[in-house]
This record gives sequence, structure tokens and C-alpha cells, in this order.
Amino acid sequence: MPLLNLRLTKPKILVDLNGVSSLDSIRETSGGLSIGAMTRQSRVERSSLVRERCPILAEAIRYIGHVAIRHRGTIGGSLVHADPAAELPAVALALDANFEVARDGRDRVIPAAEFFIDYLTSALAPDEILREIVFPMVRPSSGYALEEVTRRHGDFAIAGVVAIVDLDEAAKIADVRVALFGVASTAVRARKLERALMGQEPNEHVFRDAAALLDDVLDPPGDIHASTAYRKHAAAVLTARALHRAVQVCHDRRL
Amino acid sequence: MYVSDVRLPNMLHAALLRSIHAHARIRSVDTKEALRLDGVVGVWADRETEGRISPFPESFEIHPARWLEGVKPVLQGPRPTALARGKVHYVGEPVAIVVAEDRAKAEDGVDAIVADYEELPVVIDPEESLQARATLVHEGSNNNVVFSFSIEKGQVNEALGAVPYTLKERFRHHRYCAAPLEGRGVVAWVEPKTNILTVWSSTQMPHLVRRQIAAQLGLPEETVRVIAPDIGGGFGPKVFVYPEEILVPFLALQLGRPVKWIEDRTEHFISTAHGRDQLHDVECGFDQEGRILAFRDRFLLDNGAYNPMGLTDAYNTAAHLQGPYKIPNFSVTGTCVSTNKVPNAPYRGAGRPEAVFVMERCIDTIAARLKLDPAEVRRRNFVQPEEMPYHAGILYRDGEPICYDSGNYPETLTRALEAAGYDELRKRQRELRQRGRYLGIGIGCYVEGTGVGSFEGARVRIDSSGQLIIATGATGHGQGHETVFAQIAADLWGLSLDKISLVEGDTASIPFGCGTFGSRGTVNVGSAIYGASVRLKEKVLRLAAHILEANLDDLELGEGKVFVRGFPQRDLSLSDLARAAVPGWASKLPEDLEPGLEATYYFVPPTVTWANAAHVAVLEVDVQTGGIKLLDYVVAHDAGKLINPLFVDGQIHGGVAQGIGAALYEEIAYDTNGQILSGSFVNYLLPGSMEVPPIKTVHLESPSPLNPLGVKGMGEGGAIAPPAAIANALADALQPLAPQVNEIPLTPDRVLQLLARREVNVEAGAI
Repeated sequence: MPLLNLRLTKPKILVDLNGVSSLDSIRETSGGLSIGAMTRQSRVERSSLVRERCPILAEAIRYIGHVAIRHRGTIGGSLVHADPAAELPAVALALDANFEVARDGRDRVIPAAEFFIDYLTSALAPDEILREIVFPMVRPSSGYALEEVTRRHGDFAIAGVVAIVDLDEAAKIADVRVALFGVASTAVRARKLERALMGQEPNEHVFRDAAALLDDVLDPPGDIHASTAYRKHAAAVLTARALHRAVQVCHDRRL
Repeated sequence: MYVSDVRLPNMLHAALLRSIHAHARIRSVDTKEALRLDGVVGVWADRETEGRISPFPESFEIHPARWLEGVKPVLQGPRPTALARGKVHYVGEPVAIVVAEDRAKAEDGVDAIVADYEELPVVIDPEESLQARATLVHEGSNNNVVFSFSIEKGQVNEALGAVPYTLKERFRHHRYCAAPLEGRGVVAWVEPKTNILTVWSSTQMPHLVRRQIAAQLGLPEETVRVIAPDIGGGFGPKVFVYPEEILVPFLALQLGRPVKWIEDRTEHFISTAHGRDQLHDVECGFDQEGRILAFRDRFLLDNGAYNPMGLTDAYNTAAHLQGPYKIPNFSVTGTCVSTNKVPNAPYRGAGRPEAVFVMERCIDTIAARLKLDPAEVRRRNFVQPEEMPYHAGILYRDGEPICYDSGNYPETLTRALEAAGYDELRKRQRELRQRGRYLGIGIGCYVEGTGVGSFEGARVRIDSSGQLIIATGATGHGQGHETVFAQIAADLWGLSLDKISLVEGDTASIPFGCGTFGSRGTVNVGSAIYGASVRLKEKVLRLAAHILEANLDDLELGEGKVFVRGFPQRDLSLSDLARAAVPGWASKLPEDLEPGLEATYYFVPPTVTWANAAHVAVLEVDVQTGGIKLLDYVVAHDAGKLINPLFVDGQIHGGVAQGIGAALYEEIAYDTNGQILSGSFVNYLLPGSMEVPPIKTVHLESPSPLNPLGVKGMGEGGAIAPPAAIANALADALQPLAPQVNEIPLTPDRVLQLLARREVNVEAGAI
């Protein structure tokens, strides 16, 4: 809509998807939690099924804009828009979500790792439409956290981190996912950092040392809101904080 | 009803082609394609209007003679034309105007105009603009300085040489925009029966707009009527006349049809005046006790391409720098320099926030240096209540010597600190510091010259139904004039509010008017209502005495009637009296009274009357992310006699919100090519309800001796101190580093840079 308002685009045909009710759904499948592309963000935020099975998703949505925006915004819309500073693409990456894409007769599944190509660019072809997103569920014992820095409540993040952590019997890190947003031309997954954390004890020093491994995924823009240097710095700070909180949630869930 | 609600038969719509270059020569403006478009009625560039629209007046015309004589400033501002002539000087400058059957077609027309430019070097940085070899923004001048002045009291150079301590600081108050909810807009037509050129404009100054339309289009003023309908926020940028306010009436005359132009937000950011943008270099000498002995400030104001208000802002800064303090040696030099940006004009506070930011940061810096409590340093420097009225030793911009007429500055601060729970806060600060959390408390004190002239009028009339109708040249933009002015009249006449109505913002309803700006409405209009009421009451009583055959001295006026004291049955209602005052056979007038119950009075204030306030800001700063969270905000405010405390609170809250925006979120930024980076609300961040904490207000009243009501102005006050209080709170949170919090807005990035300059190990999260 803003593009139309600013006369930046003059499409010949506009298709309104609001009437396609089959795209609005939340259900549990063997692959995970499957959410229709047209499902409103506020519906997902409040769904007890989501809160139970995939709490990080419900949690992340709370950070999207304001309530009024979430009533109109859709899960699919946000993901396909592929804004690098948005929360949902990072959550999709962290959970290794699968994107079910429909095309005239030739449907396909795109994994999250291949879905976000560039700034505001997804892997969808011009004649494709996103139908559903399947979010694999993490173990119920996992802890999760989202940390972000915004200028004001509800703004796009200057930098943000999604962390999911699971501990083994010896309280060492058995599974860890870290995805960042606002720090590159797409949301990114910090795999090098994840590998370094596996089997480690979850404490401040370990997290801080690991945060130094973020360098190769960080390529943040500098703009009126924050410089490149600031975003890099914030990414490290937020990663340590998100990991710390995720571990706390993990402990709480085990009790 | 707002200007965009005005709909007239056969109305046309205008859209403007604006410059996309910050500085360029206009080679050609080809309108052929635009004219061919279906629905486009006409296209005008400067060549079509030259000779028919005169350039805008000299800026110095707004300054009073007394001030010009007393200060002897340099005033050499250029005179802009309605449409760019020869050159464009900022992105957004109007180059051509298209009129069409609807706005969309007018915008299509704008897109079809081919304008050819030769780009010129761009001047963006005000310090660079001052350099001898800088590109000239306006041809025909020697340099880019358009206005400047210098004032001194005492012997600053000598004093600075003799003081025990000095501080030398540079302060930067960036560029802002007022962001009123309603942008600008103009509708004009020639009213068919009367042939009066009638103009609706979202302006704060209908009489000024009328004067300039008449002057620039060569029309007698009596044939022009300007109406300011409901206005969705003014805040200063709507205080002078814009090209569109001359062009749209011109087009209405040319085309013989109503023409409407309403700006959208994108246009607003690049064409409606910006505000503030000052850079100060200060040297301050003080003693062991923290008393300021000498103060020298040399500052630069980035004018943008034009400044239609001349030295208004800059001189306001100078006049308010001393604040509520006694400073024996004081000098200020202000220089306004041109750059290739949107024109700079007064915005709520109009130069005062910049002054208060400078002085209040100096006070706190002195306190930190001497390890004294910042509240205590203020107390040691305050003008004491027994020293009032106090002569500050310099002129105000009305040309009168500044005299703080009334107020108790120590008391105002005490009440603010009490309401904030200052001692408790200091205790909490210490406790939190032990836990690695950083709470800060900041104070901002100021005095404000309010109710400036040159005048405002009220025409008070009683109609045949007994209704009191007040007409004034002021305009409301949400202050609640309808209630406050009615309250004043109700009190004077003993009438209920429903018997009083207000007409404002219409040049047809009162011959002379100034406008609403500068915290002057209640003082000037209130006093004018008082003066007009005194005159009208006299007439009413004389008429009643004549009809009742009673002595003037035996008559009383109250509850809508005049009656003989002791004989309430011998009465006449205002309605009776109005009907008795008609001319002709039904008249009951004595020979020496004119028909009609009406009186007009123009109040000319002797000078400004001085309000004062103390703000306290409480915040917590995250030293790892630089994020600031405002926890509490307190305002203790003295604006003389308060007419409507609820409205006063509303004004304060609005001003504080804008001040918080200035301190933490808002910034108009340009790149080196003169392209605006913050040209929409995505990048120009206004504070929302989550960013503004609940604001506690405490009211004090020191009645003004300068007007019959004892009132002072307070419209701008809320916006004056927040940047100072919040910057002080941040510096306080980060003690004992004494960081140089000298620049706003305090973005997280800037906060971290402040900490980095002090070589803090921010990773460790401790200082």
C-alpha cells in the first residue's frame, strides 16, 4: 500500500486475498505446526495451540508493531515481505521452518535456509504464492528468548536475536539455535556460533566468547537510526542476553 | 471544519512541482506535456508569474524599530519569490504549480513536467557555510551570513581572564520539525456576489496572510478576506506566509474558479519550515561555590535556504540564555547562515529550548566539576525573590529592557523536587548503582518571556438575544480558546458560558489582528476582552440608567441583567438593552449614545511578562545498548493566574511530549547532497504513548503586574526544558564519568559513543 501511495509502483492488476479463507488456519501436523499464510498475526499470538507447541512463535509476534497492526498483518505477508529487520523470518530460520508454495499445478517446499534471498526479496517466483508455513516443534524442555533493540516501542528492530536452547542431563548445551535480524540484508542463522556452543556449559563467559563468532554473519547497514558499528555491537550484546534468558526459561520449564 | 473540508462548486485542485536538487540552476521548465494531459487546466512556473506576483518582503520588517535601534543587527536576508527564479536552493522548493480537475490529475501533470537543472555544489554544514571559500547559497551577497547580532553586559573578556574556574563546551541542538497533525493547505476563490478574494488557510496568522496577499498581488486589503478554520496544530511553522498562500489565491483570480491545495506528509517534510538547528560554543567562568561569574556564547543558527522570521529565534535564544540566574558578565554573538535546506522558522519554544539546553548543561557540568548537588548550584545562582523585579541587563526582542517582573525561582524548584521525590530518588540511585543499574535524575529550569506584542484585539458585542459575541484576530489550533476566552468574559460579565460565543481567525470579523504564537493568547486576548468589556459595560450601564431613569451609581450588572441596587424588580436584561440600542423608531437610546452594543479594544502589552518553571526527568540507561527509558517526568510551572488548569496541563503535556521527542527520538537529517534522510515518519520518529511517561504537574501562581488579569503565557513552556532535563539526567546516571552530553537527540548510538569516549568497558557492563 505505501508503494502505491508514493506512486512508486503502478500495477495493472491487484489481487485481493482477503476472501481466501482456506489460507487462514492453524493446525498440528506430523511435520510440526502448520499455519496458513493469511492467518492474522494476532490470531497466532493468542492461539493456545501455538503457545503450547511453539511458544517462541507467539512470543516473537508480540514484538511486531502494535496491536492494531497485528490484527491486519498476516504471517505469510510478513515472511514474504522479507524485511531483514523483522522478527518472523528470524524465527522461521531458527526453527528450520518449511515454506509450502503453490503454483499452477507445481507446488513445492522451500526450506527457510533457502527462502530469504536478499533485502525485501524472497525465493518466490512471480507466479508463486505462499500457502502454508510448517514450523517444526522444538522439544518441550527447550528454553527460548527474543531480544531486540528498537528506537521506540513497536518499531522495526535495529538489531535482534532469537535464541532456542536445550540442555542435556548434565546441564550442558545439547541443542542451540541462534538467528539474528536487523544485522544483514536478510535474517541470518549463526551456525558457527551454534557449533561452538554445543556441549558447553551455559554461562556468561561462554556466551560472551561465542558472541565474538558472530562476525561472519554480520553485515549490518548504517542508517539514520544506528551505525554499522552500533548494530554489530548490539548484536553481540543481545546474543549473550538472549542465550542467558533462554537458558533460564529452560531451567524453569524443567521444574 | 478544517481547510481540507472546504468544498466549493467547480473547485479545481493544485499540485506543486518541487525541486529534487538542493542547489541547482534552472535551465528550463518544459510544461508542454503537462498541459496536454486530460483534466489539466493550467501550469505556471516563474515566467508565468513574474511581474504579477511580487517577491516576499524583507525579513527585517518583522522586527520592531526599538529593537533594531538597540541591538543594531546585521540583516541581509534574500527575498524569495513565490516560484523559484533562476535557481533552486533546497529540495522541496516550489518550481511550478499545476491546476487540474482533481488532485490525482494534478499530480500526473506534475510528473509530466520536464525540468532541466544544472547542479551546483551543495552547502549543508553550517560551519562550512561560514568559510570564506564556501559556495554562495544566494547570489548577490558576499557570504552566506544572512543575519547576525552581538550583545554584551558587563566585561566578559576581562572577567573570563580573572575567574578561578572555566569550562569550555560545544553544544549542538539538531534540526527538528513541528509535525502538526494537520499539514498546510489553502483554498481560495473570488466570492461571486461581493468579489472578495476569500482564502482559507491552515495558518496561525490570518491578518498577516491577508496583508501579504494584498501586497504581493497588488490588491487593496479590503478586497481580501482570510479565514483560518479549525487548525490541527500550528506550533510555529504556520506563523509566516508561504508561497502556496500567495499562489493559490493568484490562481483563483486567474481562473475564476475555486482552487484548493492540501499538502501531503511527504511534501510537508520538504516544504514546511523546520526548527532549531543551533551550534553553540560556550566559555563559562565560575567560582568555588559554583556561582557563574562570566558567560560567553558564540552560536551559529542554520537558517536553511530562507528564514522568514529573521532573528526571532536567534535573538530569543540570546534573551533567554541567562535563565533565572544572576550573571554579572554576559555576552552572546548569534550568526544565522544559509544552507541548502528547508527554511528554518520558530517552532514551539522558538530559540528558548536551545538556550536552556546550553545553560542547564553548563550548570550541571559545573556541579559535577565541583562535586556539588546540581539543585544546590542552581540555588546559589538564582535571582532571589527579594531581588524581584530583576533587570537582566539586555533587551528583549520587542526592544524593551528585560525585567523579570514576578516569580519565585527557588520555590518553583523546591516544589518540582518535592513532587519528584528527589531525596528518595537519590537513595534509589545509590542502591541501583550497587546492582549495576544506572538511574539518572536531571533538572531543567528556565524563565520564559510570554505575551509578546505588538497587540491583539477583541471586539465584544451583545446581540438581541442577549448573547455575548467576542471576535478576535487570534486563531485557535487546539488550545481551547473557545472555553478560556469565554471563561474570562463570563467572569467579567456574570454570564454563564453558554451565553458567550467566540469568533476567531477571520479577518472580516475584526479589522486588525496579530495571531496566535509565542505563548501570547491568554495575555493579549484576555486583556483585550477585559478592555473591551470595560468600555462596553460603561455603555450598557449608561443606556440602562437612561431607560430606567436611575442614577448610574445605583446600577449593578450581573447574571445577564442590569438592575437598580436594592430594587431587583427594576431590571433590564442584556437582550432588552440590545434591542433598545437599535437605530430608528424602536430606539430607546439617549442622544449621546451610538446605536449597537459593541466595543473594540486593542491591548498593547508594555513588554513581555515572565513565566518560569522547573522540570525534573528521571531515566534509566542501559549502558550496553545505550537505550534510555524515561521513568518519570515532573513539571512545576508558574504562569501567573491560571484561567483553566485542565488546559494548562494539556498544554504542558503536549509540550513535554515534543520535548521528549527532541531529546530522544526526532531528528531532521540531510545527506551531503542535501537530500533529506528523515522525510517520513518511518525515519522521523515521534514519541508515542509508550515513550512518554505520566507527567506530574505542579502549579504555582505569581500574578503578572503587566495586565489586568494577572496572567502569563504558557503554551510553549512544556517544550522548553525537556532536552535539558533529560540530557542532565543521562549525565547524572553516568557519574562520575561526567560525560559530555552536549548533543541531542540522544540516540542509543550516540549514548554508546559518549561512553566510548570515556573508554568505558561497555562489554563488562559496568562503569
